[in-house]
Amino acid sequence: MPLAESGPPMADRNTFRLMLLILGVVFAFLYIPISVLVGLSFNEGGLPTAWTGFSTKWYGALLENDDILKAAGNTLIVAVFSTLLSTILGTLLAVGVEIRRRNGKWLETVIFAPMIIPDIVLAIALLSMFSLMGVKMGLHTIIVSHVVFNLAFVCAVVRARLKSFDWSIVEASADLGGSTLNTLRRVVIPVLMPAIIAGALLAFTLSVDEFIIAFFTAGAGRSSITLPMQIFAMIRFGVTPEINALATLVMSVSVVALALSQRLNKGGLPGQ
Amino acid sequence: MNGFLMSTDRRPMLLMTPALLWLFGLMVVPCLLILVLAFFRRGIYGGIEYTWTFENIALVFDPLYFQIFMKSAGIAGLSAAIACVLGYAAAYAIAAMPRRHQPLLLFFAVLPFWSNYLVRTYAWIVLLNREGLIVNLARWIGYEGELPSMLYTEQAVVIGLVYNYLPFVILSCYAPLSRLSPEIAEASRDLGGSAWTTFRRVTLPMTVPGIATGFVFVFVLSIGNFVTPALLGGGQFQMIGNLVYAQFLTANDWPFGAALSMVLIAVMLGLLMGQAVVAERASGGKRAPDG
Repeated sequence: MPLAESGPPMADRNTFRLMLLILGVVFAFLYIPISVLVGLSFNEGGLPTAWTGFSTKWYGALLENDDILKAAGNTLIVAVFSTLLSTILGTLLAVGVEIRRRNGKWLETVIFAPMIIPDIVLAIALLSMFSLMGVKMGLHTIIVSHVVFNLAFVCAVVRARLKSFDWSIVEASADLGGSTLNTLRRVVIPVLMPAIIAGALLAFTLSVDEFIIAFFTAGAGRSSITLPMQIFAMIRFGVTPEINALATLVMSVSVVALALSQRLNKGGLPGQ
Repeated sequence: MNGFLMSTDRRPMLLMTPALLWLFGLMVVPCLLILVLAFFRRGIYGGIEYTWTFENIALVFDPLYFQIFMKSAGIAGLSAAIACVLGYAAAYAIAAMPRRHQPLLLFFAVLPFWSNYLVRTYAWIVLLNREGLIVNLARWIGYEGELPSMLYTEQAVVIGLVYNYLPFVILSCYAPLSRLSPEIAEASRDLGGSAWTTFRRVTLPMTVPGIATGFVFVFVLSIGNFVTPALLGGGQFQMIGNLVYAQFLTANDWPFGAALSMVLIAVMLGLLMGQAVVAERASGGKRAPDG
């Protein structure tokens, strides 16, 4: 029987079986709902009542739905721009914070807050500010709002990497006459690159998936609707095979991006 | 040491400024605005009248709304408790597996957490609705009678919340469990403690911070949730998040909506501080090393 080298004690074979049972139940709970969804998206009849054969026709139907294509386009614009902005801002913040070291509690709180502040609160706060200032809302307001939480996540990923950063190479660069900007550009950034890309991928998926803040800061009208907003509207009308297909696609994008992010930056995701 | 590394140097501050300005302008200012808004009066036509009042805060504690608050707290508490039991069991089981399999198990436990929240919630609509998989399964095994509606119930909301946040609890409980050294449990055994006593008196107390973190996280995300009640609870079902949503997008009473969110934030800050105290106690009162 395999024994753990550390961790909780393993009494006997029966306990080990119980552990396997628990894992089976929890993983079934986590994966059955998603699997059913993915399975149904390939069901020709489209109904959960009967399997009528494998088909990708519901994916084809998505490509003919102008609302969905428009929403996908908007989501891409929002995700790309908010990722670019938050990657630059978050990386600079992380480097600054780690060089400075003696950071007050208020600073840590401000950097940490965007990750824990409830979406609904940030969403109404931004909506209130934009409308009181008379800002016309649209994709641009979604982008700047997404940067708020995205930059915090990029910063967290890059900071995790900086904990094991060898600052002596920075000194070496300075000793060799490198200016601050050159040192940053030629030494610090290249070393951090895997973490920066991992952070950017994380920001990208967070932005693609984000619903509540986009919903509140998109302004009136359908012109700046994003994919999650479109999905939310569709779900409220009920279960359709198109939603199954769309949901499967959206889920795959997140999983691929996160698997890549994880690969680039082992164990660097916040919370791990 | 060169200037680049000096903590008194202004250059680190220069690197941080753009991001800090962004957070100031688009997080601190809007949140302060909401705080101020909570103390203004609602205008006759739904606008904002700039006279000070405590009416909005008082209205939050009006039985009509306070009851929604309590119901939200109840649902959030129940979801957090269930998630903690399941999550702790799963984390314990993962930590008991051979070391080399643990990272992969953990990765797959957390993977659903990183997929779209709406999609994960929608998956439960597919399972629970009147023509859904569970009803079909019941018919298939020969159940003829009328099945109670499963979607648009409080239970559906709780299931949805547990499902969505379980991976986080697994993560937060796994961290302290995997750090437990087996010698401590062995010592307890050698001293005559049964497996159950060892768990209850040794393992569990040492891993309480992980449970507390998981509980607070699920509670905080659940009590302010707006998507899950809206989708799995049906149109009539109201939690605080939905109430806030309605004040801003349909009822047009922004000051009251702002007051509701302020109370929500106060509750959450209180819980987070409580959790920090638990973590502090568990580390024997000594501060965790920086970094």
